[in-house]
Amino acid sequence: MQFATWPQRVLAGPFRGAGRRTAFVAAGLPLHLAVVPLWLWLVGTLAALVPAATLRPALLPLAALPVLLALVVTPLLTAGQRRRYRALVGRDLPRPAVPGPGRGWKSAVRRLATRSWWRQACYHAVAGPLLAVVDLAVLAVWAAALAAASIYVWIWALPPQWRVSDLGYTVQAAYLTAGGLALLFLAPRLTGALVRLESRAAEVLLGPSRTEKLARRVADLTASRAGVLDAADEERRRIERDLHDGAQQRLVALAVNLGLARSTLGDLPADARTVIDEAHREAKEAIAELNNLVRGLHPAVLEDRGLDAALSGVAARLPIPVRVAVDLPQRPSPTVEAVAYFVVSEALTNVVKHARATRADVTVERLGETLLVVVADDGAGGADLAAAGGTGLAGLARRVASVDGTYSCSSPAGGPTVITVELPCAP
Amino acid sequence: MRAVIAEDSLLLRIGVVKVLEAAGFQVCAQVTDAEGLLAAVEEHRPDIAVVDVRMPPGFTDEGVRAALVIRRQYPRTAVLLLSQYVEERYAADLLAANTSGVGYLLKQRVADVEEFTEAVRRVAAGGTALDPQVVAQLLVRRHSDPLDRLTPREREVLELMAGGRSNSGIAAELVVSESAVAKHINSIFTKLDLPRADADHRRVLAVLRFLGVATA
Repeated sequence: MQFATWPQRVLAGPFRGAGRRTAFVAAGLPLHLAVVPLWLWLVGTLAALVPAATLRPALLPLAALPVLLALVVTPLLTAGQRRRYRALVGRDLPRPAVPGPGRGWKSAVRRLATRSWWRQACYHAVAGPLLAVVDLAVLAVWAAALAAASIYVWIWALPPQWRVSDLGYTVQAAYLTAGGLALLFLAPRLTGALVRLESRAAEVLLGPSRTEKLARRVADLTASRAGVLDAADEERRRIERDLHDGAQQRLVALAVNLGLARSTLGDLPADARTVIDEAHREAKEAIAELNNLVRGLHPAVLEDRGLDAALSGVAARLPIPVRVAVDLPQRPSPTVEAVAYFVVSEALTNVVKHARATRADVTVERLGETLLVVVADDGAGGADLAAAGGTGLAGLARRVASVDGTYSCSSPAGGPTVITVELPCAP
Repeated sequence: MRAVIAEDSLLLRIGVVKVLEAAGFQVCAQVTDAEGLLAAVEEHRPDIAVVDVRMPPGFTDEGVRAALVIRRQYPRTAVLLLSQYVEERYAADLLAANTSGVGYLLKQRVADVEEFTEAVRRVAAGGTALDPQVVAQLLVRRHSDPLDRLTPREREVLELMAGGRSNSGIAAELVVSESAVAKHINSIFTKLDLPRADADHRRVLAVLRFLGVATA
């Protein structure tokens, strides 16, 4: 940006872009007034029709004609308005949803049935002419301001007999010039306000309605959330692969070498043997811990063989007996599978940690477009989302909500606890 | 005894080779993927193939599928699968096709050198070696049926049988006498409705029923 001195700012500021805005207002006039002949025609025909009562049916088509023309003209005018906004104020009016592609009568009729068409017609037929009046007024202000501010030029340039009431180089002319200059500074502001008013009207009537905007926003958000979920899922899988191919293998190799040392080096001093034994045990424990950690991320078997296999694996590693019944004729999407797996493994971890249960029961089945997951235990109950130990349950509820699932937990004091989760899955 | 090893992790491959060589096996080929494994088995006709479940290029269950092919095409080659996690589905696939000369162990069992070499020998000789974790997983989904009639001790015995142990192995594990084990096993046969007529196969049938891979 260039530095501007204060006189430049004060004097030239209001006029920056005023030309384009004024051109915008001027270009609006023909577009706004295009429907006026149709109006006049309609009103004229009706005026001729009403006194004659119903006796002149030949005029009826004449009354219908402007309406039919309006049907055709509306989309053209809307397109014209879009061009006007883009070319002169650099704005793209958002487009309303189009009901299906195609041309011809059918799609034209379908277009007529939409609210957005009626809003457009309303804009061109009612708002347009009203705006045209304001447009004219603002253009008149410009004209008057320019004419008054340059009054001395007119006095000098025009022959005396053409001047209005023969205004000379008088004090009135000085007043007119001052008034014109004041108007000249006012006009750009008026123009700016008018552009804002027009834009507002066009946005409300030519753009998508509030409902459409909301629907679009919901669709966008749903898509972007699905993207985020998929990315998170992919990331978990990547971490699982990295750990599996890296740290886990190294640890196992270490444990194998230590085991080999332990069994082949028979003549070691007792101290060294104790150290090796210790290291061997530690390595094996580290492997077990890492295995549990990695499996919690995203077990390979889930991708490979689905929920049934993965959940059997979870259940088998718990210290209490767990019955797993999975009834899925076809596999749900990977994201839903991952959420269901997370729900069950988190719920079972909670059961073992807090519920003092002796057994648990997992049921996964598909009811129409819903995946129903139920985890029940015969423990002490009293599980609470808000309780201190309930962070696991809260995380579970969040994860379920992330795919628009529902979560409910029944856990009266004294048990039993039943966690029910419903996950939507498209057919 | 001759062995072929398929494992894509270099460190672990070296470890397994060392363990097997220390146990007196001759390692005639080391490969890193399923294709290489099948070629090596075709070439060397080993007594046993020690196979990683997850291998290139897909890193899912290539090892299991290769194992099934080997058991079908080269019945004289036993297969021992090694996996970071054991999944009973893989074991069920394997056992449904063939119950002898197959093994399925967690990779970290290799670190317990004596037990591991014992398992390798057992599988190479036509036996079975299932990781205790696989057996535990199989238990999770077998809930109905006559198995519920077994006492906890009988269940333990059956689990060890499913793991591939002999009567003396089971006796040592549970710290009971061999005759007690035999008594438990007889009781299991009765409860699972396995008639005496086909005495030699009752053990396998009991294990199959236990694992839920056989329909009979």
